[in-house]
Amino acid sequence: MARARKIASPGPMTSGKDELLKFYRDMLLVRRFEERAGQLYGMGLIGGFCHLYIGQEAIAVGMQSIQVVGDQIITGYRDHGHMLAAGMDPRAVMAELTGRSGGSSRGKGGSMHMFSTEAGFFGGHGIVGAQVSLGTGLALANQYKANGKVAFVYFGDGAANQGQVYESFNMASLWKLPVVYVVENNQYAMGTSIERSSSETHLHRRGVSFNIPGEEVDGMDVEAVREAGARAAAFAREGHGPYILEMKTYRYRGHSMSDPAKYRTKEEVDTVKKTRDPIDHLREVLEAKGWADEAALKAFDAEVKAIVADAAEFARTSPEPDPAELYTDVYLEAAQ
Amino acid sequence: MSIDILMPALSPTMEEGTLAKWHVAVGDVVKAGDVIAEIETDKATMEVEAVDEGAIEALLVPAGTEGVKVNTVIARLAGGATASPPSPASPVLPPRGEDLSHINPPPQGEGDREAVEGASPALADLDLPAGTIFIKQTVRDALRDAMAEEMRRDDGVFLMGEEVAQYQGAYKVSRDLLQEFGARRVIDTPITEHGFAGLGVGAAMAGLKPIVEFMTWNFAMQAIDQIINSAAKTLYMSGGQIKSSIVFRGPNGAASRVGAQHSQDYSSWYAHVPGLKVVAPYDAADAKGLLKAAIRDPNPVVFLEHEMLYGTEFDVPQIDDFIVPIGKAKIRRAGTHVTITAHSRMVGLALKAAETLAAEGIEAEVIDLRTLRPLDHATILASVRKTNRLVTAEEGWGAMGVGAEIIARVVEHAFDDLDAPPMRVCQEDVPLPYAANLEALSLPTADKIVQAVRAVCYVS
Repeated sequence: MARARKIASPGPMTSGKDELLKFYRDMLLVRRFEERAGQLYGMGLIGGFCHLYIGQEAIAVGMQSIQVVGDQIITGYRDHGHMLAAGMDPRAVMAELTGRSGGSSRGKGGSMHMFSTEAGFFGGHGIVGAQVSLGTGLALANQYKANGKVAFVYFGDGAANQGQVYESFNMASLWKLPVVYVVENNQYAMGTSIERSSSETHLHRRGVSFNIPGEEVDGMDVEAVREAGARAAAFAREGHGPYILEMKTYRYRGHSMSDPAKYRTKEEVDTVKKTRDPIDHLREVLEAKGWADEAALKAFDAEVKAIVADAAEFARTSPEPDPAELYTDVYLEAAQ
Repeated sequence: MSIDILMPALSPTMEEGTLAKWHVAVGDVVKAGDVIAEIETDKATMEVEAVDEGAIEALLVPAGTEGVKVNTVIARLAGGATASPPSPASPVLPPRGEDLSHINPPPQGEGDREAVEGASPALADLDLPAGTIFIKQTVRDALRDAMAEEMRRDDGVFLMGEEVAQYQGAYKVSRDLLQEFGARRVIDTPITEHGFAGLGVGAAMAGLKPIVEFMTWNFAMQAIDQIINSAAKTLYMSGGQIKSSIVFRGPNGAASRVGAQHSQDYSSWYAHVPGLKVVAPYDAADAKGLLKAAIRDPNPVVFLEHEMLYGTEFDVPQIDDFIVPIGKAKIRRAGTHVTITAHSRMVGLALKAAETLAAEGIEAEVIDLRTLRPLDHATILASVRKTNRLVTAEEGWGAMGVGAEIIARVVEHAFDDLDAPPMRVCQEDVPLPYAANLEALSLPTADKIVQAVRAVCYVS
């Protein structure tokens, strides 16, 4: 870790029972939602690319907990989890996956291109690394407006080798922009392991030559995510500039639905699932604290199951966009 | 033996400048590297160094003289015994030592100047109220005024790019903006096109109205992903939620003797893309009015300027808040025998060609496209239906180009009105060469337009 300056304490970081239970519920929602999305893909209801977030739930959920209203979120194409964590309607997300008029982009964006200005969610971007420059621009706007908001910019270990990431780091640090870079290091850029793609595999050090502090975080531990996220957000919000959080995580599913799974062993995946699963881990924490109220957890299961079933049904039955939508949203009318 | 010291060119497109100051007097002995004079242009002030040794024999142009043409003899040096052999081609090197274009002044320059005179304000500004007063203004200053006016009007408008602030703009288009608006709104970026274009789009998505200056559009190829994939497509992909009200602007097309990587016309590249608006003005009034419209437009606008026109003066109407709507072509010259379409610098060449043709009895109608997307094809079709003949002129390559698009639309919608196959005038299908003669051969000229018109009119 190359922290450059002393930062104000973000306050006590022990999570209360209600908060941990909410984390559990939210992670469970993402997990079940993604499982269902995988199923709908297999049924041919979802087309094209579909990148599932299973295994990485603790990051989106933990980071969301330290954001304030007006903060922005932007990420790449593995975006369903962030949208649900940001509070977007699961129906609208699922219906976008099926390309229906009830989707958050009215069916015109698809899995990789969803947005919600209401939730502060700025996409959903399909070009690896592009969201890093865009997100840094959101931070520039925050500074320009002096609104005290922070942009949370997510990208993966694959994007970490794109040039524009470093162009953005440079400007963010030079101008002290309020941005937190969250590197979701799931260790595989499509099928290329980080060892095979990166000369420096400790991605939290990637900001060193830009004087950006960084730290490594256990991205499978929602409490650790929350604690580091709060530290980073406080740093950025107080005007010290950008901060890098490298979240060590793992995706259980393939890069997309058409992954040959030849680049890692089944044993490796199974070991992570058995020993590091973020939801199981939180359940153990809850049990250890005596907070694992069996009835409450069961109620979550039922609630989440119902939400996902409802979203899937909505996504299946929502009509396709009206053909007249083909030519809408290409341009905005200029006021004359 | 005397050595002539010539007025140097300080940039690829400089044709004349002011001899601001002499640092030497007659009789002074100078050696190579000594600063002997100061030269000013509208872009820069530069020092002139001696490249030979000897005593100043005569200062032929007094300090303070404006409009000294490049290659004018400004002083004479009495060569000393050790003086290097006189070389009329390089008696004085420009201070930066990179630019020898004064040896072969750009062939295009003269054409522009003549063509400008052919564009009278009365014809150029048919829509303006009677009694409108015009002032002479360069395209450069018109662009600057457009930005300044919009920045005064809307705090969300800001300018970012390389050298836009302290340096006052690589081509001095942003002169004095830093002084008026401060560093919050006039932002010098590092040399990092891909990155700052992305930052600009992100800031636009957050509701600001950035003007992103590319030092030239050639460098924007580093950033084209953000322009197309992020700025142009996100409104659609978000179902109308995320807008990008942003202007990308800078000089486009061939400058003079700067080689293939610095001389490309991107008109057809960007005009290909739904979600973008693409504007390419010719004169100063349009530069001002269209840039103001572009800044206010809620969509991403690619604004293609032309370095060769920056220093050219035109009549600009003295009207508060002068706006030229995007998407409207302008008939620069009315005619009945043939339609010539052109945009940006090619408008000047088309007008010059029209003068030549008029002397031969061919009256050409010259349409300044002004906006390439959305293309005002109604104006083009109406003209072709009248003249029955079409020549398109563009600076870029012909293949898949602006002319190809225009001809396709005319063939589609007015095939029966055509009396001859349309023709394209464009850059030769090669990377732009550096050698002066090859460069001139490669670029479209007024003469090539004249020849094309004769061909479509079946006149030999």
